[in-house]
Amino acid sequence: MSVLTSPSAPATRQRISRLQGKARYAPTAATIVLFFAMFAAGSVIYPGFFSGQVFLNLLIDNTFLIVLAVGMTFVILTGGIDLSVGSVVALSMMIAAALLQEGWNPLAVIAVVLLTGAVFGLLMGLVIQVFEIQPFIVTLAGLFLARGLCYVISLDAITVTDPFFTSMAQARIRLPGHMFVSPGVIIALLFVAAAFFVLHQTRFGRTVYAIGGGEASAKLMGLAVPRTKVLVYTVSGFCSATAGILFSFYSLSGYSLAAQGMELDAIAAVVVGGTLLTGGYGYVVGSLAGVLVLGIVQTFISYQGTLSSWWTRIVIGALLLLFILLQKVFSRKTRIT
Amino acid sequence: MGTTSPVVEMHGITVAFPGVKALDGVDFRLFPGEVHALMGENGAGKSTLIKALTGVYRTDGGSITVAGRPRQFATPSAAQEAGISTVYQEVNLCPNLTVEENILLGREPRRFGHIRWKEVRKTARAVLAQLQLGHIDPGSVLSTHSIAIQQLVAIARAVQVDAKVLVLDEPTSSLDADEVQQLFGVVRALRDRGVAVLFVSHFLEQVYELSDRMTVLRNGALLGEYLTADLPRMDLIKKMIGKDLEVLEELDRGDTRTAGSAQDAEPVLQAENLGRKGSVENITVSIGPGQILGLAGLLGSGRTETARLLFGADHADQGTLRIRGTERSLRSPRAAIDQGIGFSSENRKEEGLVADLSVRDNMVLALQARKGWLRKVPRQVQDQLADKFIEALDIRPANKDALIRDLSGGNQQKVLLARWLITDPALLILDEPTRGIDIGAKTQIQMHISALADQGMSIVFISAELEEVLRLSDRIAVLKDRRMVADLPNQGVSMEDVMTIIAGTGE
Amino acid sequence: MSGVLRHRLVWPVLALVLLLLLNQGFRSDFLVVRLQDGHLYGSLIDILRNGAPTLLIALGMTLVIASRGIDLSVGAVAAIAGAVSCTYIYNSDNPGSFSTAASAVALAVAAGLVLGAWNGLLVSVIGIQPIIATLVLMTAGRGLAQLVTDGQIISVSNEPFHAIGSGFFLTLPISILIAAGAFAGAALLTRRTALGTLIESVGINPVASRLSGLSARRILWIVYIFSGFCAAAAGLMISSNVTAADANNAGLFIEMDAILAVVIGGTSLAGGRYSLVGTLVGALIIQTLTTTVYTLGIPPEVTLVFKALVVILVCLLQSPKARTLLRQRRRRVPVLPETKAAV
Repeated sequence: MSVLTSPSAPATRQRISRLQGKARYAPTAATIVLFFAMFAAGSVIYPGFFSGQVFLNLLIDNTFLIVLAVGMTFVILTGGIDLSVGSVVALSMMIAAALLQEGWNPLAVIAVVLLTGAVFGLLMGLVIQVFEIQPFIVTLAGLFLARGLCYVISLDAITVTDPFFTSMAQARIRLPGHMFVSPGVIIALLFVAAAFFVLHQTRFGRTVYAIGGGEASAKLMGLAVPRTKVLVYTVSGFCSATAGILFSFYSLSGYSLAAQGMELDAIAAVVVGGTLLTGGYGYVVGSLAGVLVLGIVQTFISYQGTLSSWWTRIVIGALLLLFILLQKVFSRKTRIT
Repeated sequence: MGTTSPVVEMHGITVAFPGVKALDGVDFRLFPGEVHALMGENGAGKSTLIKALTGVYRTDGGSITVAGRPRQFATPSAAQEAGISTVYQEVNLCPNLTVEENILLGREPRRFGHIRWKEVRKTARAVLAQLQLGHIDPGSVLSTHSIAIQQLVAIARAVQVDAKVLVLDEPTSSLDADEVQQLFGVVRALRDRGVAVLFVSHFLEQVYELSDRMTVLRNGALLGEYLTADLPRMDLIKKMIGKDLEVLEELDRGDTRTAGSAQDAEPVLQAENLGRKGSVENITVSIGPGQILGLAGLLGSGRTETARLLFGADHADQGTLRIRGTERSLRSPRAAIDQGIGFSSENRKEEGLVADLSVRDNMVLALQARKGWLRKVPRQVQDQLADKFIEALDIRPANKDALIRDLSGGNQQKVLLARWLITDPALLILDEPTRGIDIGAKTQIQMHISALADQGMSIVFISAELEEVLRLSDRIAVLKDRRMVADLPNQGVSMEDVMTIIAGTGE
Repeated sequence: MSGVLRHRLVWPVLALVLLLLLNQGFRSDFLVVRLQDGHLYGSLIDILRNGAPTLLIALGMTLVIASRGIDLSVGAVAAIAGAVSCTYIYNSDNPGSFSTAASAVALAVAAGLVLGAWNGLLVSVIGIQPIIATLVLMTAGRGLAQLVTDGQIISVSNEPFHAIGSGFFLTLPISILIAAGAFAGAALLTRRTALGTLIESVGINPVASRLSGLSARRILWIVYIFSGFCAAAAGLMISSNVTAADANNAGLFIEMDAILAVVIGGTSLAGGRYSLVGTLVGALIIQTLTTTVYTLGIPPEVTLVFKALVVILVCLLQSPKARTLLRQRRRRVPVLPETKAAV
């Protein structure tokens, strides 16, 4: 067996390794390709689909989901999960709406909301880390708690009339070619860029990947595993609060039932974007692509006209399944070499 | 070498766990520029010594001096900062990251918190080149490389911090011959640069090929330190296995069992050149009804792997297996069980016990699994079986409702034995059934095994204790370095004979 | 064993009793059950009746969790079952008849079984982690339910169907009887056969189970199919109770309640030993908690906050780390380091 290995083996092996190394980009690349294919298909089928504004609208309509997916990417990369994000979005909206109603300064409101979200995530991270309880159950409790607190604040919807918030809701940033985006889009894209930088250029980010690759190994390598694990949930909480603010800009109200099930959308976007649910592999850019794919599914369905809105959920479920199965094949290939 | 002073000196090291002294006053020294092998069988204290040195365990007595300074490391990273790096048997790196990251993770060059990837690449390349591993692309993902390369990357990480001492704990256990040579090349290069290498391996030949000096431990005590060239293999094996040969010869009443009747009957199981890539090879055995086949060999020689192949727990990809004359390919334990084979694993806790279930539930598990969930073994029958075997095997406490995890090791082992006896197997494979249990229970289990064979059951008996194998077996298959090297009838075979086979160079 | 069981259940039962007493303190007629027109009425009956769907789903969830799994899709499956049955009744030629109701029930149950089998396929054959495998159906399920109802809330008027959720039989609400039947069925299914022990065995030590010749695959199929069945039954109960199928809101959050009931009942999320009685007590605690919140005059939606606190408390009590802390305090001698000394 071993005798058969020829002297040129190292060279061949290296070529193979380069090739397989690229395989880690495959799921994310597949998502991006899928997005453009869907966009192209839409342009062929529907008149008026092929325009920059349709693309930009995808961003405008999904700013909060993009930010949520960014936070979720951190968590899932470590092999964890955060089910609380949808509820924290709703809680953030409620806090914002209630404080604005009290006549608070909008900037102070935003600061309070962001801080609350981050602390909420921090606490969940601490419980997960210190008591070694599964993230699933802790964030499930977080889901209940945040949703319940919404009702504690108010049972009814609160309308936001604050001038700053309304101006943010209506503001349009002009782009060349009669196109425009909302300020939220800029914020969401900034989050993606910041997350990309943190994940790839800082020790914290690399530790996130290392934990996903093997927590025990990461510990033996002397990395700050406990701190990083607590921090990813804090990041996710902060992102959820930001998403809540962005959603407030979008909907100009706070109501307790908002963003129900949005955690599923965020998880779906991350998985469809090529991040392995077991952690360690994936890119935040993929998660952005994942959100866009989910968005374009929705656009398709609205353009189609005859298809009803529930097809969105079914298609998202199918995409989720498809990408989970792809991951299964992919991870099997990378493990056994 | 004699003139230089040791880089590590451990004196009178004692490590105690509740009820057990894992190390008792052991001395150990390591010189710069040598490969020092740490030798010993199961429970000798090799791991404990390494862990005491690298700060995983706290010592309960003795002193550790590193480079002339007395030290006591609280954590592995403290040991690493003092220049002691460890590479474990299982690669402890992140498979999803690149080679360069795995070498530098946690100590990457940074500027304002921002990792300087160009520096990382440069440093990684330099470290790899130093180890003659320049052909490894530092930007490639670790998981795309073979285990051997990953092992080398782990070494690269270990020496990147300018390690004075490199501990290699079983680094070769999953490598093939070429890969071992590549690894040895790297180790020799490090040695020549003055690094002290502590090498643990179960492969006798590798130890003799690579090491300059060895320290032999047995049962937590030091037997001695020797220059490898001065210690013949035979002497080493005797030291590791223990007891003076004269005493052993007395214990070894070799042919207490008569192997007569089994000769002409059709074999229950025949394996021919059975093997599995990366596991064991060349297993050729034949077991007749009522025969006990003993598997002898040092730790890591492939005893357990052989048992797993015969039971279908791992799927053989080489050779043939015949059961009662018919060729079979066992794809799962279930398939083996259907052929009347039972297997009691050496890893009682992880592969045997269902800890939270009762003694009775554990006993009937294999029978129940065979009958399927719908045909429950009636409670009455369960109780009868449990009572019968609790009495027959003298299980204590004699309470079939006790949770098995509350029993002592010996009694747990008896319950697992009962699990298989209840299925009335034609062939029972027992991997270390007497390990870690007290002497009384041990003798009892040996007697049961003997009695079962007398009743016509075929048995594969595995034990690290050679005298036990010799006492019980009709035939003995000897394994060495994951190959079967001999198969002999147990007639007048002495421990000396078996050790000679194991010590023999080549085949 | 009874000692263990008693030890396990003593806290949940105590909590339930305290909750009931608390209610009694606020409303003196709380524990009164009266007979009126041959029907039993009272807060206790209400708790049992309203808790029936959660209990049903929790029964299935108990077995899934015992096998080291989890089923997130039960709420969606319940919605699909309700949608299938109501849509069938709505579109049938004879929407009021008993046979229509019977066929509707059969269809809904069949749907539950198929969806359970789907989860079982993903988990046992393809080998996807349970939480992820069932997430697919959790995401797509409500869409499928809406597909069936065409996005409408389908109201039906069919007496036999309505009886599932609101009828009485032998003085008791039928939904209580169904839940009791399912409880007895689950107990018989797992304890009269070897299923219960084999599920626990797979949940406690999959490796040892495999080496003992156990086919985990078949066991996993069974528990997910059973969970699908329970979810369908609960879905029928929910939609029958309001005589309508609401694809969006039927069984919303019920997976969380069911998991909570199982955990409160003392079955560990790590799998292994389970207690159906514990789950029963857990489901009753959750329902009583909801009732208590009503009794105290707190907005019912705020129940979620209490549930969250209960989850955290129970998890802390179950956490091995917290237990170790307790144990250290008691200064017990650690277990023999037999494995540590080895190798």
